[in-house]
Amino acid sequence: MSSTFDTIANIIAETCDIPRDSIKPESHAINDLGIDSLDFLDIAFAIDKAFGIKLPLEQWTQEVNDGKATTDQYFVLENLSARIDELVAAKGA
Amino acid sequence: MRLEYFQLIDRIVDLKLADRKIATEATVPTTNTIFEGHFPGFPLMPGVLLIEAMAQTSGWLVVAVNQFERMAFLAAVKDAKFRMFVTPGHKLSVQASLIHEGSGYAITRASILLDGKPICDATLTLRVLDFPNAEMKLRMREAADTSRFSGRGAGQWLSEHAGRLDHRGWNCFVSR
Repeated sequence: MSSTFDTIANIIAETCDIPRDSIKPESHAINDLGIDSLDFLDIAFAIDKAFGIKLPLEQWTQEVNDGKATTDQYFVLENLSARIDELVAAKGA
Repeated sequence: MRLEYFQLIDRIVDLKLADRKIATEATVPTTNTIFEGHFPGFPLMPGVLLIEAMAQTSGWLVVAVNQFERMAFLAAVKDAKFRMFVTPGHKLSVQASLIHEGSGYAITRASILLDGKPICDATLTLRVLDFPNAEMKLRMREAADTSRFSGRGAGQWLSEHAGRLDHRGWNCFVSR
């Protein structure tokens, strides 16, 4: 069974036509991989479907805009993987 | 259709919020300057306007699902296919289903039928945002309440039935 990171990396590679081996846990989706907000909607849709969750993109964006969080917390892939694991766990609780 | 106002939809025929589905009607005008250029001697409804009809139909669905508190803006069109020519006077049935409600976006699958036959279809992504200003929100409610969507207006109906929308179908729009 693939890890959360592997699933995300595969989604990004397929959705954005980015070579899979260039996608690392420490990659920042925006700063390193060049994914823009529209492409990220496709990724979010695929993640929502794959994990049966709803990524709280609006909440995250608001937190970043308000200075309560950094983009690293949500868009560095290892951190994104952790957030997804939390959402999946919360759903099953 | 009132192409000069970019109003592609004539009326909402059916709206089932519980099922996340909508059906609208759109009759292509018999005359319009668009047909002088598209194409001379062979007037065809442009495919981009058929996409717009599907986008407007999807937009009404998303706005209704959000109880007129949020607006939908077209963000992406995927897998669009045009299967038959649409010509002046054609009465089109436009349908859309909400297949995913994300955070700040929605995905719909939309199609247009002519006499029950599929004309075109596409998957649409819409950004779902707060209304950018009070005027736009008011105008959208007015549009739903006007004779274009005559009968019981959407704004009035939503005010009366807020909180019960998920438990029943919605068929408040009737012919003008």
